[in-house]
Amino acid sequence: MDQHLLSIVLLTPLAGLLVLLLLPGNKTVIRVWANLAALAGFLVSLPLVFRFQTGVPGFQFEERADWIPSLGAHYHLGLDGISLLMVMLTTVMGVIAMLCSWSAVQDRMKSYYAMFLLLQTGMIGVFLSLDFFLFYIFWELVLVPMYFIIGVWGGPRKLYAAIKFFLYTLAGSVLMLLGILTLYFQHFQQFGFYTFEISDLMKTAMSLNMQEWVFWAFFIGFAIKVPMFPFHTWLPDAHVEAPTAGSVILAAVLLKMGTYGFLRFSLPLLPQASADRSIVQILAVLSIIGIIYGALVCLMQKDWKKLVAYSSVSHLGFCTLGIFSMNPNGIAGSVLQQVNHGISTGMLFMVIGVIYERRHTREISEYGGLAHVMPRFAIIFAIAMLSSAGLPLLNGFVGEFTILQGAFEANRWWAAFAVTGVILGAAYLLWLYQRTILGQVTNGKNLTIPDMNFREVAMFLPLIAWAIWIGVYPKPFFDVLRQPVTEIVERVHPGYFNASQPQPALAQTGTQPGGAR
Amino acid sequence: MIDSLYSAQDHFSILPALMLALFGCAILLFDFWVFPDPRQRKWLLIFVVLAEGFTGFGLVKQMHWIAGNGGALSAFNGSVQVDQFSIFFNWLFLIAALIVALVSYQYLENAGEHHGEYYSLILFAQCGMYFLATGADLVTLFIGLELMALSFYVMVGFLRSEKRSNEAALKYLLLGAFSSGFLVYGFSVLYGIAGSTNLRTIADTVASRPAWDPMVYLALITTSVGLLFKVAAAPFHMWAPDAYEGAPTTVTAYLSVASKAASFAFLLRLFYGQLAPFAAIREVWAPILAVIAVITMTVGNLAAINQTNVKRLLAYSSISHAGYILLGVVAGNEQGITGVEVYLMVYTFMNLGAFLVLIALRRQKIIGDEMDDISGLMKKSPGYAVLMLIFLISLAGIPPTAGFLGKYYIFWSLIEAHQYTLAVIATLYAAVAIYYYFRIVKSMFVSDVKDKEPMATSFGMRVALAVSGVMTLVIGIYPEPFLKLAQNSLLLR
Repeated sequence: MDQHLLSIVLLTPLAGLLVLLLLPGNKTVIRVWANLAALAGFLVSLPLVFRFQTGVPGFQFEERADWIPSLGAHYHLGLDGISLLMVMLTTVMGVIAMLCSWSAVQDRMKSYYAMFLLLQTGMIGVFLSLDFFLFYIFWELVLVPMYFIIGVWGGPRKLYAAIKFFLYTLAGSVLMLLGILTLYFQHFQQFGFYTFEISDLMKTAMSLNMQEWVFWAFFIGFAIKVPMFPFHTWLPDAHVEAPTAGSVILAAVLLKMGTYGFLRFSLPLLPQASADRSIVQILAVLSIIGIIYGALVCLMQKDWKKLVAYSSVSHLGFCTLGIFSMNPNGIAGSVLQQVNHGISTGMLFMVIGVIYERRHTREISEYGGLAHVMPRFAIIFAIAMLSSAGLPLLNGFVGEFTILQGAFEANRWWAAFAVTGVILGAAYLLWLYQRTILGQVTNGKNLTIPDMNFREVAMFLPLIAWAIWIGVYPKPFFDVLRQPVTEIVERVHPGYFNASQPQPALAQTGTQPGGAR
Repeated sequence: MIDSLYSAQDHFSILPALMLALFGCAILLFDFWVFPDPRQRKWLLIFVVLAEGFTGFGLVKQMHWIAGNGGALSAFNGSVQVDQFSIFFNWLFLIAALIVALVSYQYLENAGEHHGEYYSLILFAQCGMYFLATGADLVTLFIGLELMALSFYVMVGFLRSEKRSNEAALKYLLLGAFSSGFLVYGFSVLYGIAGSTNLRTIADTVASRPAWDPMVYLALITTSVGLLFKVAAAPFHMWAPDAYEGAPTTVTAYLSVASKAASFAFLLRLFYGQLAPFAAIREVWAPILAVIAVITMTVGNLAAINQTNVKRLLAYSSISHAGYILLGVVAGNEQGITGVEVYLMVYTFMNLGAFLVLIALRRQKIIGDEMDDISGLMKKSPGYAVLMLIFLISLAGIPPTAGFLGKYYIFWSLIEAHQYTLAVIATLYAAVAIYYYFRIVKSMFVSDVKDKEPMATSFGMRVALAVSGVMTLVIGIYPEPFLKLAQNSLLLR
């Protein structure tokens, strides 16, 4: 059982999908089954948490089989601290996305849930693959269901948004494929056999120049997915047009594929290029522009959902800034912030979904004083908003703080500029809250809105609990992350922990197996 | 005496082609002697299946022979060469012909032009293709080419009462004859250089001359024009959209898949391997072909964007696929040539599949090839829509479908050949292709049903769709045996 655990986690949604296709057309049956399948996906992933051994170097639960020997591609899955968090985020958000589609989607329900389950398999596959070819298959597999989720069940400009999403990400990923192939061929020239194994490819020695080319090829693929600043324009469109659950998954998990790509592939495979001063400088500046620009654009939005969409650009800027700080704090903070962003932005999109189902508008000016009509809604929105704004004792604070600490260690100016993002973030979120929830009810239509029902509250509760857990006691998360983060930093800056030791505690406990869980 | 003219080995080497020709003639005779009643035409279909059965048997026997004796079977004083390469391609032709024949019955009934000679034309064309893949002599190759082309000229114009079909046939005939002229001119120059029509002799002679020898250059250019016309590469692609759109859709499917594969087999025979006359002067033609490939991808992809007729859109897309396949030839390394073969193999299934759906859209009095005809297909017949989605995703080269592997090999070979610019262009066009393939997807899945008539389904159609759909997915998910097959059939000797 243990040696196939990852395959089970990966294939459970797919199995759910196959059964779903055989079910009769009854709406309730389909809904219940889809939710059960997602829940099963979550339950089978739970043993990962309990059996994961903190502090053990390398990957756990590894599975490896030959797949296409002619190409050197393997079916190779494995899990480390970073992927553990990502997989758990995916399975949890999977359940919640299903739950929040319950009444929102009535049209072509079977195809809708089928697409979600396929998407789920694709995303889990991305986070588990240790073979570049396998990774690429899953990476692209995600595009098609997402295209349909936006394009079929989306808003008025859904087709434009869907194809824009598809074209952007596909153009990026095929260029990334060229980078992968270059690396693959370099490895062949040095070792005489073709392989896509990450661990083998890591042994490839490449000139700095070649590394930089490959780095930029990877960068295009990952940066479009994140999305980093100049490549972000697909995101607001996709978010605004997607159905609620689509936005939730898109923000919570799909974007993380990009940042995960940087951490799993760009940094370890191309350490010299990643550590190159000018490259790091460019990427950090792009991240900071993303942070500030995203936040400023948020202040201007009239559309509730677009505001949250742009806030993603800003928050993901923090995540990439953390990565390119290239120190333990930056990277650990970045991974944690990715989880945080999944939780808090996921909640914000669900909040919008709840109100949109009732009023069918997302114009901020249509609302006001909702606290009088929907007290439960107001409380939950407040928590989501504060978690996103980085209030201490909620999750966002921990992530942003650690990232800023890392950025400060790397370059004080980065931290100084990035901090404005935190302030602006609080500004646009609080202002949004004020305009929609506080004050008197200005629009008569809002007087009769029913408050959230049990299902709607229930789908927020796990996320709220998770947000508070990270905010109050983030240690388990940092413990899980310590080992993989140490490995990445050691790879990019060999001898980092021996020379100057900004965080000696992190490095020392990192090598002890079975740490402080 | 007769032994030296026509030995058992000779006979064995062309056995599949003999079967095709024999059954082709038999169908012609039976059509008006034995089965004059139109309702008996299904027997003709059974003849086709039988013919393909015997052909397949011949191919299997040839495979055994080659596995046992190794290398290649050369016959008729070296004018025919059976090797892994020819067998690989002949399987592709066989699959394409069989699938097309299976769905033609219903199609031609609905189009009101069901005549027995159609089936013999399919077999004759396949017979011509056999010699394109097997020939090792200029004359053999040319006869194969003309046999294939003539059959197609007739088939393209098979809908006699439709103006489009007649126009298409005439265009195809005129341009095809013109390009054949170029090809034969090149052949005559080659013959003039070498004093022989045998490919091996010509290859040796060309190799002994300087690379930029003007006569060789002349032969190269004229031959290439003929070849590029056949594979529908720009700027010799003008016939393709019209011929594809006007022809009966079954013929379009056959033309776009089998004829293209045969022409590429022909092209490889002349450009790669020890038999190839032009293999020695790679440095001369590689840049030319690179430019042609880029123009072909550009024309195909950009013209496809605005098409409102699905058939025409697929015609342009098939032009752009020819560009990709040419890139494999340009790269010219092992990956490139394997890539050409893999690409053609997956293309056979996915492109046939896409056309099959269009064929099912042809009903009595409904042509069914406009974008409107396919709109809302998901609501009307979800099975067809999902299959079409798989074929389109595969054509667009998105994993986990077969089409990805074709593109993958092409990119791989370009990287290995250090052709980074070409690789980047090819990848960016892959993104453009998404746009127009997904216009069809959008129409099927998002738009409303405009045409309520049910699809024209038949048993043959179900079988054909199942085969192409399953193969498109299987090659995509577990490609190993198929890649091995293509690798083994590399043109080495």
